[in-house]
Amino acid sequence: MAKRIDVSGLTAFYGSHKAIEDISMTVEPRSVTAFIGPSGCGKSTFLRTLNRMHEVTPGGRVEGKVLLDEEDLYGQGIDPVSVRREIGMVFQRPNPFPTMSIFDNVAAGLRLNGGYKKSDLNDIVEKSLKGANLWNEVKDRLNKPGSGLSGGQQQRLCIARAIAVEPKVLLMDEPCSALDPISTLAIEDLIGELKERFTIVIVTHNMQQAARVSDRTAFFNLSAVGQPGRLIEIDDTERIFSNPSVQATEDYISGRFG
Amino acid sequence: MSHAAVTEERPSTLRGASLPVWSPWAIAAGSVVVAVLLGLVAGIDSRVQWGLIAGLLFLAGTYGIAAKVEGRRQAKDRIATSLVWVAFLLAVVPLVSLVWTTVARGVKVLDLYFLTHSMGIVADSQPGGGIYHAIIGSLEQVGLATLMAAPIGVLTAIYLVEYGRGGLARAVTFFVDVMTGIPSVVAGLFILSLMLIFEMEPFGFAGSLALAILMVPVVVRSTEEMLKLVPNELREASLALGVPKWRTILKVVLPTSIGGITTGIMLAIARIAGETAPVLLLVFGNRFINNNPFEGAQQSLPLYIYQQYANSAGANAAYDRAWAASLTLIAFVMILNLLARGIARWKAPKSGR
Repeated sequence: MAKRIDVSGLTAFYGSHKAIEDISMTVEPRSVTAFIGPSGCGKSTFLRTLNRMHEVTPGGRVEGKVLLDEEDLYGQGIDPVSVRREIGMVFQRPNPFPTMSIFDNVAAGLRLNGGYKKSDLNDIVEKSLKGANLWNEVKDRLNKPGSGLSGGQQQRLCIARAIAVEPKVLLMDEPCSALDPISTLAIEDLIGELKERFTIVIVTHNMQQAARVSDRTAFFNLSAVGQPGRLIEIDDTERIFSNPSVQATEDYISGRFG
Repeated sequence: MSHAAVTEERPSTLRGASLPVWSPWAIAAGSVVVAVLLGLVAGIDSRVQWGLIAGLLFLAGTYGIAAKVEGRRQAKDRIATSLVWVAFLLAVVPLVSLVWTTVARGVKVLDLYFLTHSMGIVADSQPGGGIYHAIIGSLEQVGLATLMAAPIGVLTAIYLVEYGRGGLARAVTFFVDVMTGIPSVVAGLFILSLMLIFEMEPFGFAGSLALAILMVPVVVRSTEEMLKLVPNELREASLALGVPKWRTILKVVLPTSIGGITTGIMLAIARIAGETAPVLLLVFGNRFINNNPFEGAQQSLPLYIYQQYANSAGANAAYDRAWAASLTLIAFVMILNLLARGIARWKAPKSGR
């Protein structure tokens, strides 16, 4: 079910501004890959190129290849809408749909896309909420608005919404940066469970978090302000945090710059 | 020795002299008294001038007293507050006066008979008659105009906010701005020229066309603002679920902003419901009930008011009918506004816990 991502020579632009340059990496299925690096180094931009959300921004365009199990996401005739059904995304700020109830939020992906059996909907919603460790907290108020939940619950609701459409890959853009430590712990535990079923890529500013949840870690950096961000190295998380092969990585992790 | 006493004895840099809470009211009352006295002594007849003098005295008095007692910074703060209050009163007084006059004069002949009969067998100088034909005409013309203008306006706004980039969007925005400035009589003349080219007689729908021209830019503008208020994160959340853009707009963006869009449309309806010039040119007016907006002259409320006033020949009965029709028109617009607020509250995203 989970799929591998192969990126080669990827460069992304905002208009004429080059945001990231020549990035190549492989993301293994059923694993957690963390992106770390200083602000503005293009982690989020790179994440958004992986499910073609980058081009939603006016002026956003991409060169290079992103292979999802051998199929180029930027190839001829590829529909970005289909890509996003395969590769789900969770954002920095929890963003449940304000007009919809908790149930409708989780069901939104299925309802808006069609192609499901009405009789399955209740089961899918329950399964997704259980998958996001939210079921016990909301099972008695599924018809209440999603915006009435706490920040951490809202973020788990967004994760439930993302996994309800059964994506192959789940991208998370700093999913815990707006949350308190307890909610953060809940989501980190959840990531550990979700990686059994999905390929997970997570952007984080919290290096302890990267060390806790990820199997592999990629370090991004930019040589100067205004220069495009680059991938410095990607390796097993343990190695990145104990014995990185590039000096810049060690400097960043030990807090000597950035 | 109590604690409070100690605090009072200590010289404080944080506490200064301050006017009592009731001082603005006292200054206001004093200003009014002085203004009335001044007016009587100087022999000024106009009550409006008395009011203006009182307002100016209030501002000057507030500043002077506050500057003396509290210092200049507090005086500036107080004068800003006073300016807001004076401006508020200046705006409210004419409004209350207008509503009061309309209600007082309008209720004289406003009854069920008035609302359910036309002017068919009543001369303008005679009492009796009613506005049923005008209400029907207004509802049909405004309704048809809304049916045309609301979809065009909302779709244009969706294009501008969600799709429009570059030259075409800028051109559309520019022409919407230009349309906002079209005087209603010009919109009427535009349709009238078409009517003359095709050699048609006045009919209700022609008025609807002119009203729609006036309504479109208002709807576009308000809808645009409402769509811009929808956070981009919601659009991205929907797109990231693999929902196509058009469905995202239909199922996420529009439901989130539907309350505001409805309010905008209602306000646009309120604006065109009172238009007289295009109706006068294109619908012509009619003493009889004409339920068909596509054939023959019709009546409408603003036109009825104008004609009763203009053709009254000094007859009180016609004046009374004009006031009663005005009251009906104001009530109609007010009900629409209340409806709009109700819908906005009902549809607004809920945060209930």
